[in-house]
Amino acid sequence: MSIIVPELGEPSGPTRPIRAQSVFGRLLHRPMAVVGIIIIAVVVLAALFAPVLTPHDPNEQYFEGLTLEGAPLGPNGQFWFGTDLLGRDLLSRLIVGAQTSLIIGVVANGLAVIIGSLVGITAGYFRGIVGAVLMRFTDLMMSFPALLLAIVLAAIFRPSLWIVALVIAMVNWVQIARVLYTETRSLSEREFIEAERSLGAGSMLILWRHILPHLVSTIIVWATLGISTTVLLEATLSFLGIGVRPPTPSWGNIIFENQTYFATAPWLVFIPGAAILLLSLAFNVLGDALRDILDPTQQGRAA
Amino acid sequence: MRRLLLSGIALAVMTMASPVFAQAEKQGGSMIVTYKDDVATLDPAIGYDWQNWSMIKSLFDSLMDYEPGTSTLTTDLAESYTISDDGLTYTFKLRQGIKFHNGREMTAEDVKYSLDRVTDPATQSPGAGFFVSIEGFDAASDGSAKGLSGVTAVDPLTVEIKLTRPDATFLHVVALNFSSIVPKEVVDEFGADFGKHPVGTGAYSLAEWTLGQRLVFARNADYWKAGVPKMDEIVFEIGQEPTVALLRLQNGEVDVLGDGIPPAQFLEVKDNPDYADMIIEGGQLQTGYITLNVTIPPFDNLDVRKAINMAINKERIVRIINNRAVIANQPLPPTMPGYTEGYEGIPYDVEGAKALLAQAGLSEGFTTELYVYNVDPNPRIAQAIQQDLAAIGITVELLSLAQANVIEAGGAGTAPMIWSGGMAWIADFPDPSNFYGPILGCSGAADGGWNWSKYCNEDLDAMATAADSMIDPAKQADRYKAWSDVYMGVMADAPWVPVFNEQRFTMKSARLGGPDAIFVDPVHIPVNYDYVFDKNVQ
Amino acid sequence: MIGYLARRLGQAALILLGISVVTFVLLYLLPADPVRQIAGRSATAETVENIRRQLGLDLPLWEQYWRYLSNLLSGNLGRSYLQKSEVSELIAARLPASLLLMVGAIACELTIGLTMGVVAAVRRGGWVDNLLMVFSFISVSAPQFVIAILLLYVFAVKLGWFPIGGYGTFAHLVLPSLTLGLLGAGWYARMMRSTMIEVLRQDYIRTAQSKGLRGRIVLFRHAIPNAILPIVAMIGIDIGMFMSGIVVVESVFGWPGIGQLAWQAIQRVDIPIIMGVTLVSACAIVIGNLVADLVAPLIDPRIKLR
Repeated sequence: MSIIVPELGEPSGPTRPIRAQSVFGRLLHRPMAVVGIIIIAVVVLAALFAPVLTPHDPNEQYFEGLTLEGAPLGPNGQFWFGTDLLGRDLLSRLIVGAQTSLIIGVVANGLAVIIGSLVGITAGYFRGIVGAVLMRFTDLMMSFPALLLAIVLAAIFRPSLWIVALVIAMVNWVQIARVLYTETRSLSEREFIEAERSLGAGSMLILWRHILPHLVSTIIVWATLGISTTVLLEATLSFLGIGVRPPTPSWGNIIFENQTYFATAPWLVFIPGAAILLLSLAFNVLGDALRDILDPTQQGRAA
Repeated sequence: MRRLLLSGIALAVMTMASPVFAQAEKQGGSMIVTYKDDVATLDPAIGYDWQNWSMIKSLFDSLMDYEPGTSTLTTDLAESYTISDDGLTYTFKLRQGIKFHNGREMTAEDVKYSLDRVTDPATQSPGAGFFVSIEGFDAASDGSAKGLSGVTAVDPLTVEIKLTRPDATFLHVVALNFSSIVPKEVVDEFGADFGKHPVGTGAYSLAEWTLGQRLVFARNADYWKAGVPKMDEIVFEIGQEPTVALLRLQNGEVDVLGDGIPPAQFLEVKDNPDYADMIIEGGQLQTGYITLNVTIPPFDNLDVRKAINMAINKERIVRIINNRAVIANQPLPPTMPGYTEGYEGIPYDVEGAKALLAQAGLSEGFTTELYVYNVDPNPRIAQAIQQDLAAIGITVELLSLAQANVIEAGGAGTAPMIWSGGMAWIADFPDPSNFYGPILGCSGAADGGWNWSKYCNEDLDAMATAADSMIDPAKQADRYKAWSDVYMGVMADAPWVPVFNEQRFTMKSARLGGPDAIFVDPVHIPVNYDYVFDKNVQ
Repeated sequence: MIGYLARRLGQAALILLGISVVTFVLLYLLPADPVRQIAGRSATAETVENIRRQLGLDLPLWEQYWRYLSNLLSGNLGRSYLQKSEVSELIAARLPASLLLMVGAIACELTIGLTMGVVAAVRRGGWVDNLLMVFSFISVSAPQFVIAILLLYVFAVKLGWFPIGGYGTFAHLVLPSLTLGLLGAGWYARMMRSTMIEVLRQDYIRTAQSKGLRGRIVLFRHAIPNAILPIVAMIGIDIGMFMSGIVVVESVFGWPGIGQLAWQAIQRVDIPIIMGVTLVSACAIVIGNLVADLVAPLIDPRIKLR
């Protein structure tokens, strides 16, 4: 095994202004990024135009969608992705489910990442009282009985997707905050940060220009893996009654409802599972590509 | 005073002929039974779960019991009994020489102690309410008196129980787990932990209990019934997901699936000829129903309730659960005495339902809510109901929640509709009265009660009370007819949609012997362990 | 150091107090009545009220909490409403199994995750890297019930390498640890890869290489130790993440841990057990994070405890 040590640019060189147009242009030169963009575009379009695109009514329990013994049908000419345990068309439910899953995986998860980054970086850089208070609050939230909170919220408010999104954002920021806290704590003690400080650079400038760029890859990891976990978490929360109500589909609840049947009706678990996987992978390759293009410390490197 | 012959009181259960029990099987061997959920307690005054119900029956005995595999009452610790002409005094003669697992002989004082204990509010027994007809129950349950004044130990082998009103179900009540006889000194020794250190007079005694993992029952060598139980040992493995338990049974590692065949594997297993001899099907004294809250408009309108009854496609619902049930048309399951034969029920008729809604001035339909317990297959069944009601213009919003939350909404009367599945009524004892009081009678309609329709028909309550006062065994058939009339009265008011009666499908290893009926015992739910034998030791 | 530790332990006590208050209030607000669960379906209204009085559930919320807290401070977690046993006894019987499972899962996460992460970073951009990326995402996206049953079917039923569930020997521990650890392994792999890439670009690695040190030595002596810092923080986090996965994994493998106890207690509103389990897991999380913070300076001496 040999080590490929990348060529280095200026470790803390000045950021050159980058035009949006040129970023997009450079993305298009990366095949992986193009595939990612296409997948994301397909999912977004499916969510937006679901009513037009579904081949069947996603909530109709077709009489011919079940065998006489009540078993679901595998993929076939009429139902391309097969039917579920109630005889509904899986493809149509998958298309409609993209709406819920995008809101959870992208909006709620994105919110969690932003909150977590703000808290973690602030606490790691400023430390002292601010850091201690923020991190103890993080500890508190980490041991918080979130499921219990979810059940109580469900009883007080009308169940809705937005409550689920809120709960997920509230619960999921803590992990990323902890990780970024530790990394920032280490970064802010480095020589080049000390040097900037002694030159009189403001905290905001140091954070923005010298700390954040080093954290971007961690943030991408959490943001993209978070898509999968939050989409599945939504199903758990909906199961407890706080989220989308049946028969509204989401990718998570399709898996959750059918997982015990995966040996006899594998399409009901593996097809929505593949959808979640593809969406999070697409965001991951896109994120990596964007990071490579925008990262000032990595100018000139190809992935 | 009239001495009653046992055969006189035996229930005329047509569909469940009593199997003949050969006493010849040799004793010996052991078996492994799996359950998913933990055993919370083995205290007979407290235990009320699926998994501990029949365990308690094997560890403890009551005055009465049932013929194995049937719902035919028989004596157990009582050798005989007499009922006074007014039906208010029961005198039980106990068997001589019955010993607790600790070796002490059981006496009438123990019977009195056990009944006092289960009705003592400090015990917090979920079964205390069954003893309401015993004299002194009120004083005992509000704490103003210690013990039941109506229960006396006349001599070491005679117990007299006085009732405040004639109660034709009383012999069933003293056959319940809650009436099990427990030894005072052991209860005193362990206090609240008695449930972890149970000592009874039953066919098996507890030999080992590793919390959350396994329990071992050993044969009670002093058991009074000759040749019973058959096994030397039963091992219960707890915390086993049913899917995995099935894999282990197929692999020859376990003998009985306590939770039955998991729904996801049902068709696969059922259609496999290798398992044909290992699968046992049985009826269950259970009904799955939709409650319609008669206090919430528009369900206060009989036409609306009837329309909903007509709109539900029960056949399709049964198909969704792989035909593991039979369609119901009345509250009582078909194997329960008092079931009305020949009653057609309210037919499935979508057009008729629409017409009735129009008659009620709701031709535009309306929006309502259906509460459902969130464990499969209940949310699926609820979605089928939702689609059926959409066909007649009713928009149903589903609230799929944890069991305790559904029960709370039902008790408080805030739920317009509830699908009972998963929390459904399984009979405590095989008598039609058990399906009325708490779930259809006025007493259950009070705040917090289990009558989720909040349906209260004073006339039917009076008929029910009259039926339960018919204690003359010669008039048994009349009593069942009276109950049949009560339930027909209920159907006329349609506070429920009876949907189906679940069939139980269980699976056992090939080496286990015994009549099929004991593996789907209607009372010793799910399995009557005492009569299962090992073919290999024969 | 001592001062820091004392301060942190003081803060930990405050956090636990906060958790206990919040959980208590949430359980009070829960739209489900524990007394109904105890009293059974044939109970009269008087019986219900009687039990409510006995348990002190008729008292105002603050008084109920005060009672609970004073018992707690004297080491008494109370008795289960439905099992009637001491909660401390019930938890003590199951905690060791859950802790063992967590240790096994962390071992799996570290071995699988870190190996994958380092290899992916070193082979950055190649097909190995892409393959490992897909694998990481699968392990994070797959429902644990499905992973558990698949592993069980392949390695226990078909190949017979491990027992089909159960508890007791090392062989019993492997599959449940793997199931629980796979999810984390995906995260660890991605994190390790990204920090490794970050570290590999640093000056000192280049210096080390220019001094002619061999690749493997640079990797193990300089790169990995410096990249591992965020991983330490993640081990602290894991304990919290496990609490959700443990219910499924324990039930599939028949593992006698705390997950089943907690799940059944939540289903049936057994408040003393819910409180007990919540506090115990909060303790574990707080301690895990404290340890992570204490270990950080050992890995990166630039970090100071203050």
